[in-house]
Amino acid sequence: MAATNVEVWQRGEVVGVSDVAEKIKKFVIRQSNPAKAQAGSHIDLMVTINGEKVRRSYSVVKQSEDLRDLEIAVFEVRNSRGGSIAMHNLSVGDELDITQPIQNFPLRFGAKRYVLLAGGIGVTAIVEMARQLLQHGADYKFFYVARSKKAMAFADELKSVHGDNLVIHIDDEDNRLEVGEVMKHVDKTTELYMCGPIRLMDEVRRTFASTDLDVTNLRYETFGASGWFEPEVFTVRVPERGVEVSVGKNQTIVEALEASGLDVMADCRKGECGLCEARIIDLNGKIDHRDVFYSAHQKSDNEKIACCVSRLVADNGTASIDLALS
Amino acid sequence: MPATNLGSTTTTKITNFPLNAWYVAAWDHEVTRTPLARRICDRPLALYRTEDGQPVALADACWHRLAPLSLGKVVGRDGIQCPYHGIVYNSAGRCVSMPAQETINPSATVPSFPAVSRYRFIWVWLGDPALANPDLIPDMHQMDHPDWAGDGKTIHAECNYQLIVDNLMDLTHEEFVHGSSIGQAELSEADFITTHGENTVTVTRWMRNIDPPPFWKKNLADKFPDYTGKVDRWQIIHFEAPSTVCIDVGVAKAGTGAPEGDRSQGVNGYVMNSMTPETDRTAHYFWSFQRNYRLESQLITTQLREGVTRVFGEDEVMLRAQQEAIDANPDYEFYNLNIDAGGMWVRRLLEKALLAEGRLNTRPEAGWPAE
Repeated sequence: MAATNVEVWQRGEVVGVSDVAEKIKKFVIRQSNPAKAQAGSHIDLMVTINGEKVRRSYSVVKQSEDLRDLEIAVFEVRNSRGGSIAMHNLSVGDELDITQPIQNFPLRFGAKRYVLLAGGIGVTAIVEMARQLLQHGADYKFFYVARSKKAMAFADELKSVHGDNLVIHIDDEDNRLEVGEVMKHVDKTTELYMCGPIRLMDEVRRTFASTDLDVTNLRYETFGASGWFEPEVFTVRVPERGVEVSVGKNQTIVEALEASGLDVMADCRKGECGLCEARIIDLNGKIDHRDVFYSAHQKSDNEKIACCVSRLVADNGTASIDLALS
Repeated sequence: MPATNLGSTTTTKITNFPLNAWYVAAWDHEVTRTPLARRICDRPLALYRTEDGQPVALADACWHRLAPLSLGKVVGRDGIQCPYHGIVYNSAGRCVSMPAQETINPSATVPSFPAVSRYRFIWVWLGDPALANPDLIPDMHQMDHPDWAGDGKTIHAECNYQLIVDNLMDLTHEEFVHGSSIGQAELSEADFITTHGENTVTVTRWMRNIDPPPFWKKNLADKFPDYTGKVDRWQIIHFEAPSTVCIDVGVAKAGTGAPEGDRSQGVNGYVMNSMTPETDRTAHYFWSFQRNYRLESQLITTQLREGVTRVFGEDEVMLRAQQEAIDANPDYEFYNLNIDAGGMWVRRLLEKALLAEGRLNTRPEAGWPAE
């Protein structure tokens, strides 16, 4: 069915936890009000970080036949926004608020050929797509890349299911993926679905845009969680409102400003819509643009920043930025 | 969704509609480069054609602020532009242009539904797109086969679609509703045979050696101007799920072997009907009367189309009155007669289809399931 993205909250009970790769845990969550998860859908859930409830999104890897149980997989990032650590502390029997599956990344049937590209934990958004394409006898190639073999979730299972349709690349085995190799499998009738780290997705997007391919055939999803640099602590000032805050490694600018009591405009919180835009008055350091709202040249201009996902990195000392908000 | 069966729906007064099915959304000539708004299975659609003639069915609500795309215009090879803020989507429902920004939000899509042009109609599939196989479109080949000619219209029926299927599966009502055209007492007197398959129901009735009613007297005279005697009359009702009914009808000179298969001394028509739920209490009723004789005569095509328009106008009045009575008497149930065998098999097949979708006990009033 076509995309549905109505948010319906329900209770979820953790009924299974298992390690599926280095720092990656799989959780089976039982829905109190079961709804169907289409390929590409995700759930939002509320995790508690330092006593505060924070919302996070995770792709649905698999659903049980009776629709009750959803599988998600979470990569623990020590210096990320903190949600993954809280998730890894969950155990069987724990309950949390979850949405019914939300679809913002629908797989369209009927294309002549498909290329799927998963990077690291991004595989969670792609597994079900691949399964459905296989089931429907579609012509597809599934590229799966990771830093190391140990860090690959579901690799053995995917190999046995997809056989030669699956192509695995592992960075630390001198087997790094060249985007050009992926593009060899892409022609005008191909739809490319990808989910992975920002470096990979950005390169594919730029490569795609430099060809005469139809850019709407490149489908991707980003939760704004991945950046060009490791997260670090930096300072944000909003002179108009007399605010100065320190943004922690596990926080976004929007979250830090909200925590200081400021009323900040933001909506998607994954770097897509542009509502959280701020104008840059002064900058000390580099911006790690993590959004997909600004174009490449807008990002290099450094006049505006998407505060819901983008961060700062220091040239030396602590980076800081002065912003004007809407 | 748990597939618990809470009871039979075969006498449900307001029948839910299967979504994993092809429905007629429009006549082929209605879908053009000017977008058309039409509600199908309770979902508003914007229908249009790409530059190379492919039909497109998008949800009729822009991703941004839900303004109806059908009020917009087609742009480029296969796009449609929202009339409010100018956002452009392609035929897959993917945004290709956004106002006042250099990028496109990757989430910006509107649902695009499979759409196929066949048998002079545009068919759409609103259920699981992975199952939308065009081979599943009901057989209505008489609509555009060179051995057949004819034309029809659309009735906006103010009743649940299944009431129209009931109407067509039991033609004994002709005696009372259509007394001046096709009705006659022999309809109720003649025996009938009902059979069914996985996806089909057939009701066959032969009336031998009878006087033709006015409609058939005229048709027979179009082919055999000198014949004034008795006829053998047939009605063979072919239902194909979820809501297409093609009725093989005709009369032949009595005793010339039509029941045994020789229809050369008769005239044969096919009443083509496909009912598409609009809401739970309204339907788009697409019909045509096709014939396989005097194909050269546009006069006969027009006479038949207008004649059937009058006949179906009588059904329209009855169906509206029936729906009003159903709504006015919520505490009364349907009861069945022997003549309802065809309609009851239809309901049994629909029940199976709805059960398979996990929607058997969801009332259509509750709207779309959250999936």
